[in-house]
Amino acid sequence: MIDFVRNVRLWFAPSAVREEGQTPDYRFSLANERTFLAWLRTALALVGGGFAVDQFLPDLRWGWRVGLALALLAAGVLCALRAVNHWIRCELAMRRGEDLPVSRFPALLGLVVAVVAVVMVVVVLVGWEE
Amino acid sequence: MSGAAAREVERDPGLQPERTRLAWRRTTLSSTVVTVLAGKAALAGGGSVAAGVAGAVCCACWVGILAVAHRRIRALAGGGVPDALVPPYAAAAVVCLVVTVVSGAVLVLLG
Repeated sequence: MIDFVRNVRLWFAPSAVREEGQTPDYRFSLANERTFLAWLRTALALVGGGFAVDQFLPDLRWGWRVGLALALLAAGVLCALRAVNHWIRCELAMRRGEDLPVSRFPALLGLVVAVVAVVMVVVVLVGWEE
Repeated sequence: MSGAAAREVERDPGLQPERTRLAWRRTTLSSTVVTVLAGKAALAGGGSVAAGVAGAVCCACWVGILAVAHRRIRALAGGGVPDALVPPYAAAAVVCLVVTVVSGAVLVLLG
């Protein structure tokens, strides 16, 4: 968490990253950029899923519909913030010649998506409608 | 070595700049889908001022993501060795997404 706050400073400072270590092969940076974009698209998909739950399950009880939609939107925000944070950490690690950072976020996100999917199936099948 | 051969050598056989450019393009398409869904939520909001403002904010954020992607795509399409992505671009795209979600949450709570 403290690392996250420290990295936020770097988000808006283009030159600060370049002061660290040496510039890696540009192809590694591009691969890191594509990974960042893939995570950003994952975040966009979660946000889109949140909007879809809100718009296309109108018969669901208000609490369930809004709760699921807001949970998916929040997951999207977390995913996006983590995407840019992880991109910076990887970029810094490559410049310093360190190992790439490991993360338990993918496993966590997988579990959350699985739980949300099961909850959605149950809610739609049992039909907790108003 | 002739000029044409020199350019062949410079070209990355893994097509990394092209793949990165297409990744940006896919991201703009994803954000378009999200914006269309947000627009539907805004229109379903019953024409209230708050829903209209939230929908307009979502559209503005979509334009922001398009602008970032456009500049990055142009840099990648220029040929040669492209510069690395700078943090403010990445942060701008993420900030646009976060603002979209905040106004989207307003739309969901209004709806």
